[in-house]
Amino acid sequence: MERVPGMTNYLDFEKPLAEIEGKAEELRAMARQNEDMDVEEEAKALDKKAGDMLRDLYKGLTPWRKCQVARHPDRPHCKDYIEALFTDFTPLAGDRNFADDLAVMGGLARLGDRPVVVLGQEKGHDTKSRIERNFGMARPEGYRKAIRLMDLADRFNLPLITLVDTTGAYPGKGAEERGQSEAIARSTEKCLAIGVPSVTVIIGEGGSGGAVAFATANRVAMLEHAVYSVISPEGCASILWKDSEKMREAAEALRLTAQDLSKLAVCDRVIPEPLGGAHRDRTATIAAVGTALEEMLAEMDGKSRKELVSARRKKFLDMGSKGLAA
Amino acid sequence: MNWITNYVRPRINSIFSRREVPENLWSKCDECGTMLFHRELSDNLNVCTHCGHHMQISPRARFKALFDGGIFHEIAVPAPVTDPLHFRDQKRYPDRLKAAQKATGEKEAMLVAEGEMGRTPIVAAAQDFSFMGGSMGMYVGNAIIAAAERAVERKRPLILFSAAGGARMQEGILSLMQMPRSTVAIQMLKEAGLPYIVVLTHPTTGGVTASYAMLGDVQIAEPNALICFAGPRVIEQTIREKLPEGFQRAEYLLDHGMLDRVTPRPQMRDELITVTRMLLGMPPAVKGNLPAPAPITEAEAETPEPSESAKAQVKGGEAPSPTPKAGDKPAAKGANAAAKGEKTAK
Ligand SMILES: [Zn+2]
Repeated sequence: MERVPGMTNYLDFEKPLAEIEGKAEELRAMARQNEDMDVEEEAKALDKKAGDMLRDLYKGLTPWRKCQVARHPDRPHCKDYIEALFTDFTPLAGDRNFADDLAVMGGLARLGDRPVVVLGQEKGHDTKSRIERNFGMARPEGYRKAIRLMDLADRFNLPLITLVDTTGAYPGKGAEERGQSEAIARSTEKCLAIGVPSVTVIIGEGGSGGAVAFATANRVAMLEHAVYSVISPEGCASILWKDSEKMREAAEALRLTAQDLSKLAVCDRVIPEPLGGAHRDRTATIAAVGTALEEMLAEMDGKSRKELVSARRKKFLDMGSKGLAA
Repeated sequence: MNWITNYVRPRINSIFSRREVPENLWSKCDECGTMLFHRELSDNLNVCTHCGHHMQISPRARFKALFDGGIFHEIAVPAPVTDPLHFRDQKRYPDRLKAAQKATGEKEAMLVAEGEMGRTPIVAAAQDFSFMGGSMGMYVGNAIIAAAERAVERKRPLILFSAAGGARMQEGILSLMQMPRSTVAIQMLKEAGLPYIVVLTHPTTGGVTASYAMLGDVQIAEPNALICFAGPRVIEQTIREKLPEGFQRAEYLLDHGMLDRVTPRPQMRDELITVTRMLLGMPPAVKGNLPAPAPITEAEAETPEPSESAKAQVKGGEAPSPTPKAGDKPAAKGANAAAKGEKTAK
């Protein structure tokens, strides 16, 4: 496993783990400075303890903890997947109307030999890029860029791949003035209209309408610890519990995990994450997503445009007809 | 295409609200504080006669004013799974539903009906803000799909009055999935070449605005209606600045190019008739209050192949009456029975 040395971003529930992993590393650092010291045995014992703890922690992650893992800053983001999985990536910019929204990245690319259009929300990885990308919260021009790229995919018969990772559409003044609602509505409408195979992977957070506008696809997969919800647990808690600290209860009630969404037939496929979450082994996670994408696209090979559109519509029309029993 | 295997049977609906309000009641305008005689207010469609403030109006009262002679046929909506997530916050979701049903006398947050408006046959759907904030869940999605399917089947335009605080959180992801579901319904209308007109009323927010409420061929709003994706409070918290006067109100959206028109409620009906008839290539309508249309015959009112239980319901239930008398009980009983009929038909 590719351990991230000196990993600094521990989640609150990982605190005891942080202590043990920190201790093991401290020992090894001391040994590097003092040749007489033999700490390997002790360090290995700590490694084992940490490994066991990690397994226990991640065995039955609560929905709220999954939200935290899904938002982990070291989790691979859209850009990481695009760079690692695709070749010839050619970013395409702008909505031809107002601006280029960097919260949305997309363009032409090849997945294996297959030319595709790839599209996703990018949260950024440091302060500068996070601000530039508005933390992955798109404005209307982002959705209109997405619509433009979906049109391109449709016109040239290229499969559409979307990678969803957003807290939600940006709640800002300009965004509202320029028609955030309309942009989202049209993007969802476009998702439903295109005559090419479409595949979505929710790689982190699938936040409400801002996610739906990208995720209305023939196949919707989710990473094991990704979440997809109508509202954030904090938002739900503050409205229904009148207390935003009740986010654990809200996360539980909302059924936002990949596992529950599979039961509800909203999620077609759960892509396993490495032990400890995607951020503990980014390479393996990205590879697993690549395999899933190829398999899901292959399932739709040879389908006509009409079949793809009507199957997609039927999938959404039928959704929810059985509740959790689905 | 018909995903609803349950067929839907329209029926004559009483034009009188279940909860009669005593004639001599006064109510106060929330905006200017003027005391208004109840009768005066309802005659003006709950628009303050003093300051023009638009107050909530129930879908039934709206339809009564919209359809010729106040006559409309309610279109049954397939009942979704109740409480699909077994959701519980401080209250159980089924208890919240029951409370809303009791308070409003309605089954759910959307009413669908067909009839004539200025002798123009239409299907109409209206969202009920007083029912759990008009929130969009499985039922509302089913209602929009039923409305669109009916419109396509009868080649009628669909007029939808939106009003909602957004998606119904108690249905979790399934409420969110009503965004694509309702969008499919609107696509059916567009493919059939039928007009889809949205009347946005106060408030229309969140996932409702970001799906079917913004996809109309013509977008009309009532004055001062709040229309937005994110609510003003959320935005103020995010950007930490005060929002301008009238932000996200109908007139503001009109200024920003997001709407076709802002039209006061008392003029809405005439405008809808004018617009719809032009879109349909029909001659101009005679405006004003037309007498009720001839009663729809049994044969017309029925969709093909009604089930036995539904036939029994027609015989045993209320006979369609073109001239309902004051005090007529509304057909709520019939609605429940019709819904049962659907289940058996399935
Ligand atoms: Zn007033």
